[in-house]
Amino acid sequence: MSGAEPQATPLLSIRGLRVDFATDAGSVPAVRGVDLDIGISETVALVGESGCGKSVTAMSVMRLLTGRISAGSIRFGNTELQSLSEPEMRRIRGAQIGMVFQEPMTSLNPVLTIGKQIEEVLTLHQRLTSSAARAHAVELLKRVGIPSAERRASQYPHELSGGMKQRVMIAMAISCRPKLLIADEPTTALDVTIQAQIMDLLGSLQQELGMAVLLITHDLGVVAHFAERVAVMYAGKIVEQGAVRDIFKRAAHPYTRALLAALPDPLRTAARLEAIPGRVPLPRMLPAGCAFCARCKHVFEPCPGVLPELFPIAPGHSAACFLHDPRRAPSNVPCQ
Amino acid sequence: MWRFVLRTVLQRLLLLLLISIISHLVIHLAPGQPSEVDPMNPMMKAVDIARIRASFHLDDPFYLQYLHWMRDLVFGDLKSFRDGLPVLPKIWDRFLNSAPLFLLTTLIVWTASFPTGIHAALRRGSLYDRSTTLVAYTLISVPGFFLSYLLILFVVRTFHLPVIGQHTFGTEHAPLIVRFMDRIWHLAIPSIMAALTGIAVLSRYVRAQMLEVIDQDYVRTARAKGLDEDHVVYGHALRNALLPFVTMFGFLLPGLISGSVIFEQIFAWPGLGLLGYEAILARDFPMILTLNFMAAALTLFGILLSDILYAVVDPRIRLE
Repeated sequence: MSGAEPQATPLLSIRGLRVDFATDAGSVPAVRGVDLDIGISETVALVGESGCGKSVTAMSVMRLLTGRISAGSIRFGNTELQSLSEPEMRRIRGAQIGMVFQEPMTSLNPVLTIGKQIEEVLTLHQRLTSSAARAHAVELLKRVGIPSAERRASQYPHELSGGMKQRVMIAMAISCRPKLLIADEPTTALDVTIQAQIMDLLGSLQQELGMAVLLITHDLGVVAHFAERVAVMYAGKIVEQGAVRDIFKRAAHPYTRALLAALPDPLRTAARLEAIPGRVPLPRMLPAGCAFCARCKHVFEPCPGVLPELFPIAPGHSAACFLHDPRRAPSNVPCQ
Repeated sequence: MWRFVLRTVLQRLLLLLLISIISHLVIHLAPGQPSEVDPMNPMMKAVDIARIRASFHLDDPFYLQYLHWMRDLVFGDLKSFRDGLPVLPKIWDRFLNSAPLFLLTTLIVWTASFPTGIHAALRRGSLYDRSTTLVAYTLISVPGFFLSYLLILFVVRTFHLPVIGQHTFGTEHAPLIVRFMDRIWHLAIPSIMAALTGIAVLSRYVRAQMLEVIDQDYVRTARAKGLDEDHVVYGHALRNALLPFVTMFGFLLPGLISGSVIFEQIFAWPGLGLLGYEAILARDFPMILTLNFMAAALTLFGILLSDILYAVVDPRIRLE
């Protein structure tokens, strides 16, 4: 565990990322200036509710977006991914950056055997012969915990359960020992018991391969067990980031606090769950200032008009909220 | 698999029998009798009509007429009402004419539609996509016979080539190469004309199917693996997009009989479609019923074929 400090030379460094989607109603911003660092072998969770831009951020790293990156830089090691040609980018996808998607049911090609789908990556990036690729694919299937891997390799996706399919997706993503694994809600579509198994598998693979993991999720329980650092996104911006214990013990942004308050507590079964009033503003109707201000209990005079930057709270912990602006904060700072 | 084939074949034979009974019923319900084709003929007297009806068994009960037809079909001695010639050899002759036209048309339709449709889908909204859409809808909307006449005018005037019938009259003793090229020209124009509408329709299907597949999660997975666009499109997307076309393939076969009546008429091509059309005009019951029976048999066989093909190409389908 490397702790809260991002390392000196991050593996992935996203700066000022902005992504727009062209719609009939004009251009709609999905990501509005995201800064995010992931160190070597570090696990970072990107948390937020549906539509906040976390998957779009991940897909921009892979350059597999349907939208347009309008500004910002994405550096992977010493390479600026945005300036790569498409063939150069293809040598990074699947080889240096692996990706696991949310829907294992539909993410595997139904008409190809799972063995073939894993072999494909190996023959492409590692130039293995087809028999070597087959043997390696079976090894990978064993590694991700698929019993009778030889037989499974010649089966089609519909013959496997959802958890098995997600294991196959993971085997495919790690087949070339990537430096970074992007897991986009890898357990959302699975049963709770399977979720734990998949997260355990990801954890042990991370230890073994020493890869960094960008975990995209809306499940704070998964975050607490698995991540070292957390970035909370709301309406296309990161509103708070810090070490996992900072976020869970000393959450600074009202949105993060509201999210944590909305978690069910097994010891207080009788109490009603806290809900956040209001709803996420539509991307083309965002206020000029803080996007959360319409739902925030602590809203005060600068919030609707001025966009808050990330104010440092502690080393490695920052929040985009004027409550933490040393120049503006009102005298009665409501803190936890 | 073999049990499935055996069971379906038996089921479909039964179905074929039912279809033949129903088509007999339909044809007897239809207005007009074989004996009334030529009622204005002054030579036709009541006695003659009675004699015709007797010799065609037209006054027998329905089930007897059906059994007569079935017996003659099985033993191969069905005779046309029109000229008393055996029906099956006549159909065979026409089949030999229809087959090359049908095969060439089908080949053109399927080879031209797929690249057209796939490229339109991949460049959705581009100039290429919009212009193929326009051309396709134009071809679907403009009647084929109209375009055919335009093309005939064009070909005859520009290349001075006769394009009616199967070969040019008077070339029977020409060198082989001349006869061959003559034959090709006579075949090319009708098959291209018959194919145009097919290309327009099928390429639209291909485009829609490709668009359906290209946004699927597994296509995104293929891209995330680092595969190049050709692998993604042809190795992953197209294989899935092709599945529904296996079904369409089964419905092609009956087109051999009914497919191109209009084009056979325009280009004076003595094929099966024209044979059926003439038989209907002449109320030639044995011919109509036999052609209808064959079309039904081809349809059922085509469906069986596509069921089997489907199981071959889609691992999720098992024939039980």
